Amino acid sequence: MSALLAQVQIRERTENTCVSDNGFCPGWIVDNFDRYLTPFFQHVLLTVVAVGIGFAVSFTLAVIAYRRRWLVGPVTQITGVLYTIPSIAAFFLLLPITGRGFLTATIALVAYSLLIIFRNVLTGLDNVPDETKDAGRGMGLTSRQLLWRVELPLALPEIMAGLRIATTSTVGLATLAFFAGAGGLGERIFDDITFKSNVVVAGGLAILLAALFDGMILLFQRAVTPWTRAAQ
Amino acid sequence: MNISDSAQSPGPSSRAQAATLEFREATKRYPGQAEPAVNELSLTVPAGEICVLVGPSGCGKTTAMRMVNRMIEITAGDILLDGQSVRERPPAELRRGIGYAIQQVGLFPHLSVADNIATVPRLLGWDRRRIRARVDELLELVSLDAADTRDRFPGQLSGGQRQRVGVARALAVDPPLMLMDEPFGAIDPINRERLQNEFLRLQREIRKTVVFVTHDIDEAIKMGDRIAVMQTGGHLAQYAPPAELLMHPANPFVEDFVGSDRALKRLALQRVRDVDLWTAPLVRVGESAAEARAKLADSEVPYPLLVDDDGRPLGWLTERALAGERVTDEFRSRPDPVLELDDVLRDALSDLLADESQYGPVVDERGAVQGILSIEILGHALNADPEQVPSGADAP
Repeated sequence: MSALLAQVQIRERTENTCVSDNGFCPGWIVDNFDRYLTPFFQHVLLTVVAVGIGFAVSFTLAVIAYRRRWLVGPVTQITGVLYTIPSIAAFFLLLPITGRGFLTATIALVAYSLLIIFRNVLTGLDNVPDETKDAGRGMGLTSRQLLWRVELPLALPEIMAGLRIATTSTVGLATLAFFAGAGGLGERIFDDITFKSNVVVAGGLAILLAALFDGMILLFQRAVTPWTRAAQ
Repeated sequence: MNISDSAQSPGPSSRAQAATLEFREATKRYPGQAEPAVNELSLTVPAGEICVLVGPSGCGKTTAMRMVNRMIEITAGDILLDGQSVRERPPAELRRGIGYAIQQVGLFPHLSVADNIATVPRLLGWDRRRIRARVDELLELVSLDAADTRDRFPGQLSGGQRQRVGVARALAVDPPLMLMDEPFGAIDPINRERLQNEFLRLQREIRKTVVFVTHDIDEAIKMGDRIAVMQTGGHLAQYAPPAELLMHPANPFVEDFVGSDRALKRLALQRVRDVDLWTAPLVRVGESAAEARAKLADSEVPYPLLVDDDGRPLGWLTERALAGERVTDEFRSRPDPVLELDDVLRDALSDLLADESQYGPVVDERGAVQGILSIEILGHALNADPEQVPSGADAP
């Protein structure tokens, strides 16, 4: 376990003063960029799987709690506790049970995303205007039809907003996933935290990834909610 | 009443069927409340008529309406639609066969106007082509331009347009019964009047059975073939055609609710064409003065009315205008107010008072004078027997 944080030698002895001075060296970055590809895709996979599972679980919980209001309190409290556990602590708590690796990291990341998505889905559903629901019921939509055809579509802006927050924070948290032995860009950062070129590339890729996910979800949201932009 | 059968009828152009609605001691009691919200309500709405439920807030009128499509379940008594109890049918299926329009409209903001209107047709599995044709037909029916409106979102429409789309949506499958809860309540007075008139015109075509809820007695008198006045505690105070309600209020509550100006309100039930007008002493410039004097003697009106070649009123003349051989244009005053055959008597009276005039020429669609309406005629109309007063301003 002590080897976990040991510095890895990623630099060969070199005449290049920029590299030996821990500077920001474009030449070195170009030569060594392929080192970052595997961690980058590990990071993508961690985020997608964790947010995917987190969304499926919290969306289901929110839809159930929307009809059975007594569930809102307990679900909010439990997911709230999960949200406040520091993820590093969660990784180490899970290690004895699930061992080192992808599964442990995913469980912790999923647990962290639940509260955000649950709250937003529920808020979105609660914000559907009463008269819209009344008209729908009055025209003969069953509660299932009302949910899928009216309530969930109208909750999409809030649902998507929750998904964006959950995704960007998961990208950030996944930089700690290597503590659970799941790799990712965080592993590269901690390989040599004194070397600016390394930190900038690994950290930059994480930021880029977060921005990319955010932009993709935003574009998807705009595509599926055309009515929100229809001007008066 | 088979719902898929009623959905098959091709449109408002054909004679759609209407349902008879009967409340039988229908009661709604909420647990923990001493007074029932609706108390043994019994009334029958004949097929094709508009029944207005009216009363102060908390009188149970909306509850009574919502019991019909089981949005609120009755606790005692029954409601029959063409003889069949609404309790025997699954709520969703029942509601698809009953038009539903509410004050806030409740259009689905995420769906286009066309998709909003298509809601119930889709639930009933209509095919695409039929739905599209029906949507366009309905938009035209509620005076909206189909090509312009079809693909818009509700957020892009004005309040009045939204209200029209709401009515179109409620009519989508040509239901034999419509429930309307203050459908024009949130609209400004000018547009409300226009929508009311449009709905009455529409109703003459489609002849639905309509349950219409309002708190506004003037709207009730205007829209209703029959009016059910409800009072606090969910009691039915009186159920009668508007004229009877105004002439013979059943109790002090109804008398108070219809207002101290109920005699005046009765004038809103008749149009100018419904009363016997006076013959107008019409004269033209250059006409023989002797003839003109003879016409004047035959008329109850003391002044000659000068008209143009098409019979349109130009103005009242002085007696001096008939003094010579030929009629001259010595005006006494303008012919205002000029009234139309379709004007409601109350509006006609208001116009006469505004112009401080005893008489007003009444013109037809082409503007030609058909007769004279006077304050005296209006006085007689006020004293007329209610049996002879039509039951609604829209009656022929």
